[in-house]
Amino acid sequence: MHMADALLAPAVAGTMYVLSGTAAGLSVRELRKENAPEKLPVMAVTSALVFAGQMINYTIPGTGSSGHLCGGMLLSALLGPHAGFLSMIVILTIQCLFFADGGLMALGANVWNMAFYGCFLGYYLIWRPIMQGASPAKDRANTRVRIIAASILGCVISLQLGAFSVVLETSLSGITDLPFVPFAGLMLPIHLAIGLIEGLITSAVLVFVYESRPELLQELGTEKAGSLPAKRSLRTTIIVLAVTAAFVSGGLSLFASSNPDGLEWALFGNEEEGYAANMGLNEENFGKQSAVADTAGKIQETTSLLPDYAFKDSDSAAGTTFSGLVGSVLVATVAAGICIAGGFFRKKAGKGAEHQTV
Amino acid sequence: MNRMDTALRELAGMDDLAALSSGIHDLHPGVKLLAAIIYIATVASFGKYDLSGLLPMVLWPVLLYQLSGIPVSLCFRRLRFVLPLVLAVGIWNPFMDRQPLLRIGMMTVTAGMLSMCTLMLKGVLCLLASFLLMATTGIDRLCAALRAMHVPEYAVTLLLLTYRYIAVMLREVSVMTDAYSLRAPGEKGIRFRAWGSFLGQLLLRSMDRAQALYDSMLVRGYRGEFYYAGTRPVQGRDLLFLALSAAACMFFRFVPAAQILGSLFI
Repeated sequence: MHMADALLAPAVAGTMYVLSGTAAGLSVRELRKENAPEKLPVMAVTSALVFAGQMINYTIPGTGSSGHLCGGMLLSALLGPHAGFLSMIVILTIQCLFFADGGLMALGANVWNMAFYGCFLGYYLIWRPIMQGASPAKDRANTRVRIIAASILGCVISLQLGAFSVVLETSLSGITDLPFVPFAGLMLPIHLAIGLIEGLITSAVLVFVYESRPELLQELGTEKAGSLPAKRSLRTTIIVLAVTAAFVSGGLSLFASSNPDGLEWALFGNEEEGYAANMGLNEENFGKQSAVADTAGKIQETTSLLPDYAFKDSDSAAGTTFSGLVGSVLVATVAAGICIAGGFFRKKAGKGAEHQTV
Repeated sequence: MNRMDTALRELAGMDDLAALSSGIHDLHPGVKLLAAIIYIATVASFGKYDLSGLLPMVLWPVLLYQLSGIPVSLCFRRLRFVLPLVLAVGIWNPFMDRQPLLRIGMMTVTAGMLSMCTLMLKGVLCLLASFLLMATTGIDRLCAALRAMHVPEYAVTLLLLTYRYIAVMLREVSVMTDAYSLRAPGEKGIRFRAWGSFLGQLLLRSMDRAQALYDSMLVRGYRGEFYYAGTRPVQGRDLLFLALSAAACMFFRFVPAAQILGSLFI
């Protein structure tokens, strides 16, 4: 689910950076308040472990395929939501910078899709409510069931939200011609199955930790259980819900605005009514009758951050395409020339250095 | 060789590239980061049918690869992560957008084909830029730059420590996976009964390792702040590089260089 830079328009990528950056800033502030410097190496080692652990193939019984670990839920269950979120950011940053798994500009979107939902929604709305009723000392079987249920629910829901966000971000960026609904219909069922498997693997690891050292799990450790006042947890939950609601509604309204608005539809959309023809209206010329408006239109088209995907007339496009084709071949030749020249000068410099050492 | 060994080799390879010496390596890491972001944002802002406009953008990274001595072939190996995903999204365009555009012999080029090619090229160009950034910078200099840019100490130290421990963990997981597969020949992965204990055992050991790590940090004088060697302020040559990068991006974004070049010969 790591998005590449090519799949996002700069405006969408920037918005996602702001959202993820805000969540990261709040997490750092919470961790500073906690003032537990010994937690830093624990976070680093656990992040590194999750990074390596995500490469392990787990055989799915009865099928020939394999599944992987869900990092967000595991980290937030072990470290808490804020530390888990920061750890996921670091994992995604290293994957992006050193393994090209996800783009540098798309990092904000990837953090949101793969870390935010699992660490915050997964923790506050699923892990904490389910685990708070557990009595690990008295009823171990009940606690195990709660861990399994919380892990599977958390992974499934966070993956579904993540996959939906990928569809929304790609559609808003105007990258694919696949309409929104079929695209979502393609992505969500696939990620439902993946979420289920990831949830099972995550629950297996967490149940093992619970059996061996239950104090390592959030909401189960003797010191940590109930340490946060209920009022604060409610406030945090409301903030998380508000941010999500703002994101989803903002995203949906942006998506909706790409459809013709009521006025435009009334003027040009219902051609069968003959209204536009009767009134002598022409969509191409509408509102573009002055030289100033034309210039402004051109400037807007050139400086628009979201690329304008309106296709030019195919005749003019075909005309310019041919010269573009020839120019592209020349550009490729220039690029190859730079490579050859670079190699030549490096070889020369190498020989010069050899002479000097001799 | 398993996936962990491949990842380890790639990490070591990046460290080796970052240790090379060139004019591009010596630039201020913060400036390089900014230039990479400008380049990637410019590439992403091209229209989805503007293949000929996008193509000249390849010249700037190709020039920088040559100046820095980083082999482009190493970067192309990373395309195995980028291209499948980009292709999975772009492959629908030729089916959904069938507007004919150009006829070359018997083949009709449609708008969908053009937009798919543009998307693939965008993926390659963005990868070229981010790979060059890390291959000429390295984690230490990047972290120093992030601190200079006032990114919180907590996040930067976590990034650095995690990077260091990834190599350790990859080695451990690699040994464990090899040992498991030797005892369970013919199995593709970890069987259901061992799902929890396989990584769980390592997780418990890692918690003790983290405590040992913190103790050793304290012994070496850790007081909540890491100190980075070799940091320097931004100089004139850094600003010149940034200005040239931004100018190149703006030039290729607003001037259809390939078409102008082509029209000279037609």
